[in-house]
Amino acid sequence: MAQDIEARIIGIIAEQAVLEPGDVSGDQTLEDLGIDSLGLVEVIFAIEEAFDISVPFNANDPTESEFDISSVRAIIDAVTGLVAEQKG
Amino acid sequence: MSHVRRVVITGAGTVNALGASVAETMAAMKEGRCGIGPLDFPDVDRLTIRIGAQIRDYDPEAHFNRQQIALYDRFTQFALLSAREALGQSGLSFSGALADRSGVILGNSGGGLGTLDDNYRTVYEEGKNRVHPFVVPKLMNNAAASQVSMEWNLRGPSFTVASACASSNHAMGQALLMIRSGLADVMVTGGSEAMLCFGGIKAWEGLRVMSKDACRPFSANRNGMVQGEGAAVYVFEDYEHARARGAEILAEVAGFSMTADAADIVMPSRQGAARAISGAMKDAGLNPEDVGYINAHGTGTAANDKVESAAVADAFGHHADRVMISSTKSMHGHIIGGTGAVELVAALMALNEGVIAPTIGYEEPDPECALDVVPNVAREAEVSAVLSNAFAFGGLNAVIALKKAP
Repeated sequence: MAQDIEARIIGIIAEQAVLEPGDVSGDQTLEDLGIDSLGLVEVIFAIEEAFDISVPFNANDPTESEFDISSVRAIIDAVTGLVAEQKG
Repeated sequence: MSHVRRVVITGAGTVNALGASVAETMAAMKEGRCGIGPLDFPDVDRLTIRIGAQIRDYDPEAHFNRQQIALYDRFTQFALLSAREALGQSGLSFSGALADRSGVILGNSGGGLGTLDDNYRTVYEEGKNRVHPFVVPKLMNNAAASQVSMEWNLRGPSFTVASACASSNHAMGQALLMIRSGLADVMVTGGSEAMLCFGGIKAWEGLRVMSKDACRPFSANRNGMVQGEGAAVYVFEDYEHARARGAEILAEVAGFSMTADAADIVMPSRQGAARAISGAMKDAGLNPEDVGYINAHGTGTAANDKVESAAVADAFGHHADRVMISSTKSMHGHIIGGTGAVELVAALMALNEGVIAPTIGYEEPDPECALDVVPNVAREAEVSAVLSNAFAFGGLNAVIALKKAP
């Protein structure tokens, strides 16, 4: 289950970055991957749709939102938590 | 170069969450009253954003007959009511040659979104296969301008301008240029918006730039914009024409400038905004030290307020520390295509009543917005020239400069 979430999120981020999933790693930031603010909003939308969850994120202050987007790993962990919380 | 005609304002009208007239709106701005509250419309429980500056206790039947209500979306009704107040004040009526040389240019972004929302519900949710016959003439973006032209027999240059949050500043700019160029003598202008419906807010939620709790422009803890609704309409008139008939003049529309960032569809540009601000001052023959007040675009988003502050600093130089700047969106919300028009009420109040509208909801200074934002409480001050900023999604900027009546 956890690996499935990881693979799907990496797939979503890779698609947004126009990269192969194999080129996306946990320590990268969205900035490293060339994903801008609009791209980020699209990634969050895709995650919400894929997992049928609601992601608490306000673009006015991404660093202080409850949803940690500081790296690919952080996003995977945050989504894993949200899935457990909202679908568990 | 031939003599450039001067343009003055001889009438003003508005309806918004702060009041159903210019006088009521100015009174609310002086008090620093907040028009933002819980939204009330169908399916609001399916939204994550549930606040807005909605016009309360509004009764269409008090102003329009049954046939008119069937044809007028809320954004058209607000425009017509504002036009009635403005034209009533101006004392003008239109027939013969003056009718042919007078027009109406209004700003608007969403058109009849409420009409669209209601009728999509009818066909998609309720599964009906028939909608009211007037859906198209009711929802089209030019409905408001057209209905104003019909109610007042304005037969000259008339159309609608859509440039998102700068729509009504662009519209008023076109009205100014229309009179300056000699194509018209009187222009009825401003803007209108009624986006507070399920579909309207649902679309905005997607961008994640809206606040769930309050609009706090320039405050370090700001967390997004809050939408409002309403309209404001003005009578722009050739100065000689107004003087010849002894009209009361509210202000001179002294300058206008528009620029495009040509950069990003949502992120604002410091340069694009600064060029528009400088351009409006130049067009009006003003130096930064002549300008006492700026009505900010001031949306309360992280990006806008920071970029706007930097742009003002660029355009004003040392005088940026002295000029007062406030965002009245903190009170009437962001009225999108009508916002610049409603905000011009604050500009007129500064010039004519010597009161600067406050930026309410201001809680924490932000070093990136280090201007005098007139926090929370209105201030008495004599000013002789003011600016009103509008910077739209899509990077389209429009700034208007007003001077005290000549």
